[in-house]
Amino acid sequence: MHIIESGNVAAALGVKLSRAQVIAAYPITPQTPLTEKLSEIIEMGEMDAQYVPVESEHSALAVCIAASSTGARAFTATSANGLLYMHEQIHWAAGARLPLVMCVVNRGVGSPWTIWNDHQDSISQRDTGWIQIYVNDHQQIIDGVIKAFKLAEEVMIPVMLCYDGYILSHTYMPFEIPNQEQVDAFLPPYKPEYALDPMSPANLNTVTLPDVRLDTRGRLAHGYMEIRYLLQEDMIKTIEVMNGVDKHYMEHFGRGGCPLYETYQCEDARFIAVSLGSLSYHLREVIDRLRNEGIKAGIMSVHLYRPFPAEAIAEGLASAEGVIVFEKALSYGYQGALCSDVRSALYPANGSRKKSPFVHNYILGLGGREIKTSDLYEAFKDSCRKGPSAGKDLMWIGLKI
Amino acid sequence: MHTKTTILSLPEEEFVNPGNRACAGCGLGTSYRIALKALGWNTILVVPPSCLTVLQGLYPIAATKLPCLNVTFASTAAASTGMLAALKALNKQAIKVVAWAGDGGTSDIGLQALSGAAERGDNFLFICYDNEAYMNTGVQRSGTTPQWAITANTPIKGKLQQKKDVPAIMAAHNLSYVATCSASFPLDLYDKVGKAVTLPGVKYIHIQIPCPPGWGFEPRYAVKLGKLAVETGLFELYEVENSQFKLTGASQKIADKRSLVPVAEYFKAQSRFKLMKASQIEEIQERINKKWAGSFETAEDTDED
Repeated sequence: MHIIESGNVAAALGVKLSRAQVIAAYPITPQTPLTEKLSEIIEMGEMDAQYVPVESEHSALAVCIAASSTGARAFTATSANGLLYMHEQIHWAAGARLPLVMCVVNRGVGSPWTIWNDHQDSISQRDTGWIQIYVNDHQQIIDGVIKAFKLAEEVMIPVMLCYDGYILSHTYMPFEIPNQEQVDAFLPPYKPEYALDPMSPANLNTVTLPDVRLDTRGRLAHGYMEIRYLLQEDMIKTIEVMNGVDKHYMEHFGRGGCPLYETYQCEDARFIAVSLGSLSYHLREVIDRLRNEGIKAGIMSVHLYRPFPAEAIAEGLASAEGVIVFEKALSYGYQGALCSDVRSALYPANGSRKKSPFVHNYILGLGGREIKTSDLYEAFKDSCRKGPSAGKDLMWIGLKI
Repeated sequence: MHTKTTILSLPEEEFVNPGNRACAGCGLGTSYRIALKALGWNTILVVPPSCLTVLQGLYPIAATKLPCLNVTFASTAAASTGMLAALKALNKQAIKVVAWAGDGGTSDIGLQALSGAAERGDNFLFICYDNEAYMNTGVQRSGTTPQWAITANTPIKGKLQQKKDVPAIMAAHNLSYVATCSASFPLDLYDKVGKAVTLPGVKYIHIQIPCPPGWGFEPRYAVKLGKLAVETGLFELYEVENSQFKLTGASQKIADKRSLVPVAEYFKAQSRFKLMKASQIEEIQERINKKWAGSFETAEDTDED
């Protein structure tokens, strides 16, 4: 069934179709319509789930962590400072290997207060051990939520599904709602290997020593470092699992095909833009214009940001002369985090790549600063013209100073 | 009416394995052991960082026979809510959820989540074991550290502020049950825990826990110190059931007899109070006398009836 609705409603419907059993949320703009919709669906009796209106985001994730540890499928959503208030719990959920799904409706972070869109909130959480996926439109939001639960439960790592505040959360677009029976076939009920149970007691997340230690039966148990090593190993494996989940979803619903990143006009491109979220679709207009002028340009929209599919990304960029990273977030004192990751992907440990493209980095749209297509066009064209001689590692678009 | 449990009727089944990591003379060891007997096996515990985390042991060995979820410091009550929500979703509501937090984890960093859960009326028991400072991190002051106690971060003057009254804060949430207990009156604790879990919504039990290294006394005096706190009238045992306040056990006896042990005996038995001047002890004695005057009058009224 096709409907025209907001991105937040697309997310809520995805959660409903995924049959999340426990939902906890604290209101923050622009996430609110998503969780309001879920409370409405549950109060109407259209969804069998526990909705917990908590007193903080820290508690929202606490509810999800405990619910998931007890064996229920759990969901939450937040934005900006709400996400930052969860920070300790975000690490905790990943360390405890809980398959939570959280929508992050991207918004800039204070101070000063801003309620408008950028990516600083989720980018600042990239090193927490969560899978991070960025989607570009409403269809990708609803499909993304369902796939996120599947992926999380296969690898036992929580997933942040990130989409742009307002630009996606509050705009109305047509999208197809998957059929419940098909979703049920794709995503069976959550059956964890272990859930808290008095019949089979376990003490979870106890203090763990630096070194490995024998248990009461004389078997060697992991130390902290082994537990963390396994998280890293499973994160890397997630790239392959993500491909499988996407393929599986495609078979059921006929949509997908680009789980790691989505390209537009990249096949013969000399210059490739790289970005996250809805900005990638905005940049398509620039690509079309440049192509009309005879400049072979393309855009790579990264969907899976953590784990970072470095090899696949390097492969996609290797034949280009120039890579131009457009970002709505910044690792202060250095450059955009995505740009660092792309540069790092192009410089593998074995140094095998003989020739690498130049990489430019543009920071734009912070705190909701308007992103003009003409500015994107000028910047992109400027990078193509100047190439490696641009002289600056990091450039700003739309700055009025 | 509940019949009072005696040492003979206390269940023999143990839920704490011998050989835990509590300090010698730790009041938490006894209270935990006794309360778990009252809770029984069909219980899941929620524990934030605290001395209890240490008592329970280091991975992969645990001293407790009940399942337990260790959670972040501020999130004990919210995690309890989440556990309940999952149990409801999975149709396993017969399982009891019981949170155990220290005084810092309750009165300071955990208060927001606890108040939130209390307001929502989630059905679990929250137990605060109050050893009156952050003992696990090396005896720093908490909201419930008493006035004039020397701690690691009130080393010269002692704590200047009075103890935060957390049970009163919880009672103000109109809970079905709020009670205070002492590690030195384990049977009273057993009965109160047993009663609390039969009542709806959030229940709150506050246990005073003598701490030999934190308070500065020899482990063999732990039970004596806990009793003195009650007998001097400094810490009273009571229940607030559906907003009805009632002194219980040893504290009711004080009201009946209208006699308090001088509080100086309590202070002088602990090195944390060694800086207290006679005038400060006297001031607290007056506070205690004033606090009890009402109960003594009520006791007299009862006599006249």
